[in-house]
Amino acid sequence: MKARAGWGQWAMGGVLVALMVFTLFPFYWALVSSFTPDAALFRDPSLWPKDIILDHYRALFDERDFFTPIRNSLIVAGTTTFFCLTVGTLAAYALARLEFRGKAAIMAFILAVTMFPQISIVSPLYLLLRSLRLIDTYPGLIMPYMTFAMPLTVWVLTGSIRQIPRDLEEAAHVDGASRRQSFTKILLPLAVPSLATTGILTFIYCWNEFLFALSFTLGPERQTVPVAIALFRGQYQVPWGQILAAAVVATAPVAVMVLLFQRRIVQGLTAGAVKG
Amino acid sequence: MKSESRLGWMLVAPALGVIALIAIFPLGWTFWESLHLHELRMPWLGKPFIGVDNYVEIARDPRFWAALGHTAFFTFVSISLELVIGLFLALAMNRAFRGRGFVRAAVLVPWAIPTVVAALLWRFIFESQGGIANELLVSVGILDQPIVWFIKTWTAWIPVILADVWKTTPFVALLLLAGLQNIDLTLYEAAAVDGANPWWQLRHITLPLLKPAILVTLIFRTLDGFRVFDLIYVLTGGGPGTTTEPVALYTFNALLQNLRFGYGSALSVVIFSITFGIALLYVKGLGVKLAGEER
Repeated sequence: MKARAGWGQWAMGGVLVALMVFTLFPFYWALVSSFTPDAALFRDPSLWPKDIILDHYRALFDERDFFTPIRNSLIVAGTTTFFCLTVGTLAAYALARLEFRGKAAIMAFILAVTMFPQISIVSPLYLLLRSLRLIDTYPGLIMPYMTFAMPLTVWVLTGSIRQIPRDLEEAAHVDGASRRQSFTKILLPLAVPSLATTGILTFIYCWNEFLFALSFTLGPERQTVPVAIALFRGQYQVPWGQILAAAVVATAPVAVMVLLFQRRIVQGLTAGAVKG
Repeated sequence: MKSESRLGWMLVAPALGVIALIAIFPLGWTFWESLHLHELRMPWLGKPFIGVDNYVEIARDPRFWAALGHTAFFTFVSISLELVIGLFLALAMNRAFRGRGFVRAAVLVPWAIPTVVAALLWRFIFESQGGIANELLVSVGILDQPIVWFIKTWTAWIPVILADVWKTTPFVALLLLAGLQNIDLTLYEAAAVDGANPWWQLRHITLPLLKPAILVTLIFRTLDGFRVFDLIYVLTGGGPGTTTEPVALYTFNALLQNLRFGYGSALSVVIFSITFGIALLYVKGLGVKLAGEER
């Protein structure tokens, strides 16, 4: 009996190691290849880096001006996140703390909106933005981004605030504090971690978004990072070295954020989702 | 109580307003658009009302049915794999072992990076006959000689499915892990006392109690699968030909490549209806209980 449990442990450990290799290998390979000369990329690839060069990174920023898509992504994702958090906090407070009719319906509605396919509103948004002359502008991306960022923010934030104990607010009420005071003086400071987590999640979703950014921008001036990378073209062949360097650059900040805030992100993601 | 109700609606109003204005209103517009002939390439045609003609065209459009088939195939295969691997990962992460924190953080990274980047990483791995996938598969003897993955339909699916499994299994595992952590541990202790082996425990305790979490995950992922776009756009572009093209990519091409706004909008409505049907199942079955749930 004991021996079998031991075997089970070993088998599980083995599969887990295999899964970790599967998870990490593409990152490792992209990193190694981003330092490899283009000519050597598809000729007897070696798992260990041979001669390391920085050319791809240099070309990425000198020739391609990869700063522009990074700036665009930061502006669009940052503004969307900020706006959603501001408006979303009010809604989340009401949904988490107040009793009123129609609340369950609102939650169901918001959940339904988070799930609908983006492609189903590309055509009217395109026509709308075109008639407002907002194609290929920042507002022309921020506005569409609200469609998925706002419901996401409200949903995650509501789930997160519900987990904050009410005792302090209730005590303050007994002591005669108004609702506004209990919100600003007590709940809001307690909710700072929730706001941070939600902000990170919303930002990541905006940073990664592709379909809207592809549909509503026209050229490199306003393209976001995912669109810029996906549309990288060389004169004669696919510039894999630069693509991989760009992939490393686009991945690094997200990876760092995830590694730092792993626990909170997981809580935020699963707070609303699994309470069936 | 009445003032609380008013305050509640006041606080929710801005967020709901934004959602209604930029998400729900365009949805109605899509539907309206779908009842018209609207070719931006041919402005002289104007925008005549043609009733359900676009929908009739969809029903007879082999490329649409093929795309629907690809989407269903992709969704079914990738979700099956993700559920099995995700369940295993969740069970593993639910135990205490050295390096668990690292495992939990590491699996989250693929989930968090842009799908476009994930697709490019896998495209690069399978790219060219001199790529690393060919190199490794030949060296361990699975392949006799390097193959060109992206010129045959069934080999082109392999990187697509692998990339999706790689990117989304962490999310599945975390949802299932959250479900696992709600299971009362004394159940296992009682079963162990009665001499039940781990396999019995998995089948008779874990899986039944995990059913709600599995169901939620399944529906989340089904909806995701049906709107797959980024991954396939970058990995195969729907090719070879249009043999891996999903409905979202077909719709995108109808809209922004061919500028057929009437027809593309009708396609959008069809996709929306399919996903709405699935979402309705979710909200009806679990969501209402979930929203009404008060501590």
